[in-house]
Amino acid sequence: MKTANKTVTAERLVRDALEKAKYFADYNIFTFLNEEEAIKKAREIDAKIARGEKVGRLAGVPYALKDNFLSPEGQTTAASHILEGFVSPVTATAVEKLEAEDAIMIGRTNMDAFAHGSSTENSYFGPTHNACDKERVAGGSSGGSAVAVALGIVEFATGTDTGGSIRQPASFNGVYGLKPTYGTISRYGVVAMASSTDCIGFFTKTPDDMNLLMEITSGRDEKDLTTLPDYYNNVGAKKITKVGVIKDFDNDSVHPEIRKALQNKIELLKSKGYEIVDLEMPALKYALAAYYIIVPAEVASNLSRYDGVRYGFRSEKSEDLDALYKNTRGEGFMPENKRRIMIGNFVLSSGFYDAYFLKAAKARTLIVQEYAKAFEKCDFILSPVTPNPAFKLGEKTSDPVTMYLEDAMTVPLNLAGVPGLTIPAGKTEDGVALGLQLIGPRRSDKNLIEFSKELA
Amino acid sequence: MEIKREDIIHLAELSDFSLADAEIDSLGGDLQGIIGYISQLEELDTDNITPTYQVFEMENVWRADEIKPQDATREQLLALTKEEKDNQIKVPKVL
Repeated sequence: MKTANKTVTAERLVRDALEKAKYFADYNIFTFLNEEEAIKKAREIDAKIARGEKVGRLAGVPYALKDNFLSPEGQTTAASHILEGFVSPVTATAVEKLEAEDAIMIGRTNMDAFAHGSSTENSYFGPTHNACDKERVAGGSSGGSAVAVALGIVEFATGTDTGGSIRQPASFNGVYGLKPTYGTISRYGVVAMASSTDCIGFFTKTPDDMNLLMEITSGRDEKDLTTLPDYYNNVGAKKITKVGVIKDFDNDSVHPEIRKALQNKIELLKSKGYEIVDLEMPALKYALAAYYIIVPAEVASNLSRYDGVRYGFRSEKSEDLDALYKNTRGEGFMPENKRRIMIGNFVLSSGFYDAYFLKAAKARTLIVQEYAKAFEKCDFILSPVTPNPAFKLGEKTSDPVTMYLEDAMTVPLNLAGVPGLTIPAGKTEDGVALGLQLIGPRRSDKNLIEFSKELA
Repeated sequence: MEIKREDIIHLAELSDFSLADAEIDSLGGDLQGIIGYISQLEELDTDNITPTYQVFEMENVWRADEIKPQDATREQLLALTKEEKDNQIKVPKVL
């Protein structure tokens, strides 16, 4: 990453990034540009450098913040209507750690409202356009962050990944995107979607940048008791010999150009002496159905807090408190938010709990076990990220299930809590970016990032 | 299973939404499709399988029961609401 020094100042880096952000305005990447504050902070860092003082590892590096990370700059809306006007008095732990290393946030990025979606088309602010082809979706939910990095506006961007929201847009735009092991980075100060699968991660142009960001932001946080005890910086190098390929993810249901990209990387690994292991993981077939039960259930609980009383949007035409809740939520949520909340309440309601929620929680056990078995046979798994490359804007908005099917290969990792790294894997004949994901056992994040260099 | 109009109204009630008539119809179709999809779990054999609710490998994370200063002050939090009076949030009538 290019950090500020005496010749290239932080102010120069920040001004360049802001200029690029404005140049690419029609991609609809940002929900807020942090111009004044960013330049002010850049000047402070430049003054430190001029005085010969020590600066952070990300000195003057401009970055983009997904709009579901709380910080006092601009409104944190999670690209929703119901959080309109919410300026956070608190700062997310991940943001604090980045800022402590002198990184500079230049803007908040567009996303599917509350991270519900796979295309950024569910944003209250309209969709973000794909970096390679403006008629295609950016992917989602962290679409703005992926495009900001792909177009070279910023060196890195933050994301959240509940079911693929980092890995899928990274793949659709040709950048690196990491969903770490569950619990690696504190979720404190990040708008909650599904607490048992939500992960914080990043988009970068290189594996080394990814590693640096992980070194900085990982670790136990008293404000998020689901964070794992510190491990990231203590993991030793592991010798990788075997890479698994999931049989069911290499068949006719997968787009031929994605299969070709997978085959190319398999050949590359073989030529480097790695052993390829065929894996059968039959329970993964049910991961998507389990995911779209468990996650909506958690969404229904987490989103019950938005009622127009304490912060954000409040419907004005309500006679009593009950109407205030109902009107605020009715007007403030996007259709996909409503679908997920209602499905969540359906699978949790009496009479359906056993058949849906409990059943899905049991399916989750089988999925966890399947990964454990797979990692007895291989060190890492190489897999497609999605069945298809980036699709056209509007192509899948009329049928939610068609959109959900795009998540089939990303959601199993979230249910199991294992890390996944999207790596760029060339382009289609039409010039659309392709990616693949490397999957490892829990806590293998550092080695996974290192190993991805073998596939570059 | 078939999702009827009254099921959608009931779920909207549980979810604390008001829904316009047109929305009830469109959400009805959407939810029918989603529930149809997730119902395929029926065919998975889960006999004698214990459920998994979290994957962070820990239980009973303890902390001392101490009062600590919070990140936001009362004034900051009250400033976020639409209407405030005497350090309280003003809302329409309850009854």
